[in-house]
Amino acid sequence: MNPISSPHAHGARSVGRVMLLVMLALTPATLAGFWHFGWPAVMLWCVTILTALFAEAFCARMAERSASAMIADGSAMLTGWLLALSLPPWAPWWIAAAGAAFAVVVGKHAFGGLGQNLFNPAMAARVMLLISFPVEMTQWVAPQATDLPPLAALGVTFGGNITDAMTSASLLGHVKAEASRGIALSQSLTGFWDPQAFGFGQRAGSLGETSALLLVGGGIFLAALRIITLRIPTAFMLGVALPAILANFLAPDSYLPPLAHLLTGGVMLGAFFIATDYVTSPSTPLGQWIFGLGCGALTWIIRTWGAYPEGIAFAVLLMNSAVPLIDRATRPRIFGRRRDGHSLTAP
Amino acid sequence: MTMPAFSARSTLRRLFQRWGAHPEGRKHPAADTEITPLPLPAQLILPLAQHIGAPARPLVQAGQQVLRGELIAEAQGAISAPLHAPTSGRILGIAEVPVPHASGLSGPAILLEPDGLDEALPPEIADPFMLEPADIARRVASAGIVGMGGATFPSAVKLALGQKTRIPTLILNGGECEPYLSCDDRLMRERAPEVVDGARIILRAIGGERAMIGVEDNKPEAIAALREAAADLADVEVVTVPSRYPMGSEKQLISWLTGREIPAEGRPADIGVMVQNVGTAAAIHRAIRFGEPLTRRIVTVSGGAIRTPRNLEVRIGTPLSALVEFCGGTTGTVARWVMGGPMMGLAIRSLDIPVIKGSGGLLALVESELAALPEPGPCIRCASCVGACPIGLMPLDMAALIRNGDLKASVDIGLKDCISCGTCSFVCPSQIPLVQYFNHAKGELAAQDRNRMKQDAIKQLVEARESRMEREAREKAEAAARRKAERERAKAAAAQAAAAKSAPATNTEETTA
Repeated sequence: MNPISSPHAHGARSVGRVMLLVMLALTPATLAGFWHFGWPAVMLWCVTILTALFAEAFCARMAERSASAMIADGSAMLTGWLLALSLPPWAPWWIAAAGAAFAVVVGKHAFGGLGQNLFNPAMAARVMLLISFPVEMTQWVAPQATDLPPLAALGVTFGGNITDAMTSASLLGHVKAEASRGIALSQSLTGFWDPQAFGFGQRAGSLGETSALLLVGGGIFLAALRIITLRIPTAFMLGVALPAILANFLAPDSYLPPLAHLLTGGVMLGAFFIATDYVTSPSTPLGQWIFGLGCGALTWIIRTWGAYPEGIAFAVLLMNSAVPLIDRATRPRIFGRRRDGHSLTAP
Repeated sequence: MTMPAFSARSTLRRLFQRWGAHPEGRKHPAADTEITPLPLPAQLILPLAQHIGAPARPLVQAGQQVLRGELIAEAQGAISAPLHAPTSGRILGIAEVPVPHASGLSGPAILLEPDGLDEALPPEIADPFMLEPADIARRVASAGIVGMGGATFPSAVKLALGQKTRIPTLILNGGECEPYLSCDDRLMRERAPEVVDGARIILRAIGGERAMIGVEDNKPEAIAALREAAADLADVEVVTVPSRYPMGSEKQLISWLTGREIPAEGRPADIGVMVQNVGTAAAIHRAIRFGEPLTRRIVTVSGGAIRTPRNLEVRIGTPLSALVEFCGGTTGTVARWVMGGPMMGLAIRSLDIPVIKGSGGLLALVESELAALPEPGPCIRCASCVGACPIGLMPLDMAALIRNGDLKASVDIGLKDCISCGTCSFVCPSQIPLVQYFNHAKGELAAQDRNRMKQDAIKQLVEARESRMEREAREKAEAAARRKAERERAKAAAAQAAAAKSAPATNTEETTA
């Protein structure tokens, strides 16, 4: 018999509970997405999550492990949920299904399962979809609330019945397109940029990224429960805002104002929910600052000079690949030692 | 009194030093009950090794009558502690009995049958402030006092350090950060003057200037009682520290109270600090003021399965079963018996084990208190362990390295700095047995070191033997050669002599020829 050793007590936190709380924190922003984009968004969300769960069960079966136990930890559901929030709300069902399956099978289990993956599975899937299906992945709709009946919504999600009349452009896409035609920001932003609407999500964009304030609220909820720290989110926002402030100050006609950067695209979703993913972010406090700043700065760089209007997914994946290096370089100082590892000396 | 500047510093530290965990206290109802003396059991079991260092050497024989306080086993070597009879009675003998040990090992113990009279030796009473510091340390040594917080390091060895090094600051550890335990809390509440006097005696013994008694803020009654007892004393200060595990760890408490860190390769004395447990201070008070050796201690009996949790004052050597019985036995199913606190205590399998000098608690935990998953999950790199580690280690990386068998790499990232407090295992959402990995690895490394030393010793012996044999062979050969040479010389001499005898003739023959 193995000797049982201390501690003989455990904290209340478990993996399942952590995942559940993160999903709870995502709920307000998700409901706002449903409200703004209607039934197709609900269906897309369902398809993404169901596919993720199915893929998880499939992988569990392949590994000869209990599928129900693996699903119970909630990680596959959360991956599906995050992916759904980053998709165009009226995307066809097969986009959601292909993405969710890719996220779980390739993004997670190919690396060895929960805790082993180098890249954020939801973002890996989003980038795969964006590269493979650029048209479907950039088809945005303006918020039209509930005016689409469920049956027509079925047609949108499962039949691809989406007409040009329904589509709209995201702010970042619009600005990029206008800039390529040589139109100055002061002109292209007119009528498009309203911070208030962006705070609550009445704008075109991914399913769950549009209501910045609800996302911040969810993030602060998680920080209050000590599920996440605010290091990565704060650093992420600073990483976007600092270059944006500088560039906008120097050339306001060519560079978006910092607030437009922070409230558009998925910055809030990325800062509070994507970049804070435990598995793919650094474990050390200093490392988390560096990681967040890197994600933010790369996002700004890709948005500003890259070919794609939005850069969160690319920025996060790039920084993911640097995490082992960051962790190694930023180990905390050990008690009674200097940073270089030598013991402190008696005074 | 607490200085305002100090509390500002403390507030800042509370904000920025986030290590540790907040396990549920579960100190009540035991903490609300007065210390109750436990009646004498039918037999006392007194292990010879109740302290760090060499086991004591027994001085008694079966059948011998002893009085309370009589020396029954003497200290052996520089780091050791003597043992005294906790009550009067007859020595039954010395036997191998189960002792508190992680692997359920047994060890030698003196068995004593109390006669119920509890007759004491005439005490030796002294005024510590008339004694020389070295004399105090000597008396503490002969009273068999060891660290009562569970470390069981012989206290006199520490006090003697004060005569070699300048140690201006004494810290009394009243943190008691382990859940359930309230033996120190009750001691501070009910016997604050003893604790404070003990602090002053230690100060005198080490030539210290001031004493700080650090108490977690979840014990307001203890803090009030100590403050009252220390009200007129300029050199004793009672300081509130936040309730957080492991605040009672020496390194953490010193750092919190003085703002200084013990060097990783040093000792508290290197920064002019000594830490003693409040229970040790009270024991020193009794030893010096009343000549009373350490023969009893306060034990918290608690846990979800104990009918009436309480604090008992118990003779050393009392079997644990007697404590449980006195607390009304158990209700429901005991999932695990623990000696000490739940964070660092020892799981035990038998209640025949005796209370020893370092036992502060006996817990009967039910399944829900263990809160254990059926098996550990995968690491999700949440870094809870990194944030919780009071030493600044990265438990998740260390555990991964150990699991891969790379002990050296785990030492490189700080394995040997780990204090085994178990906070990482406590906070881990996947319940990965992190501290268990580290303790295993430390044991493995110690075994490797021992092995290497053994091999080195063997190698040296073999080399010595080889060179000795070589030398002997050489000497033998030389002696033989010498003897041979001598023999030949003798033979030659004899031949010469023989020749000389006949020589004249021959010579003449030759000359004549």
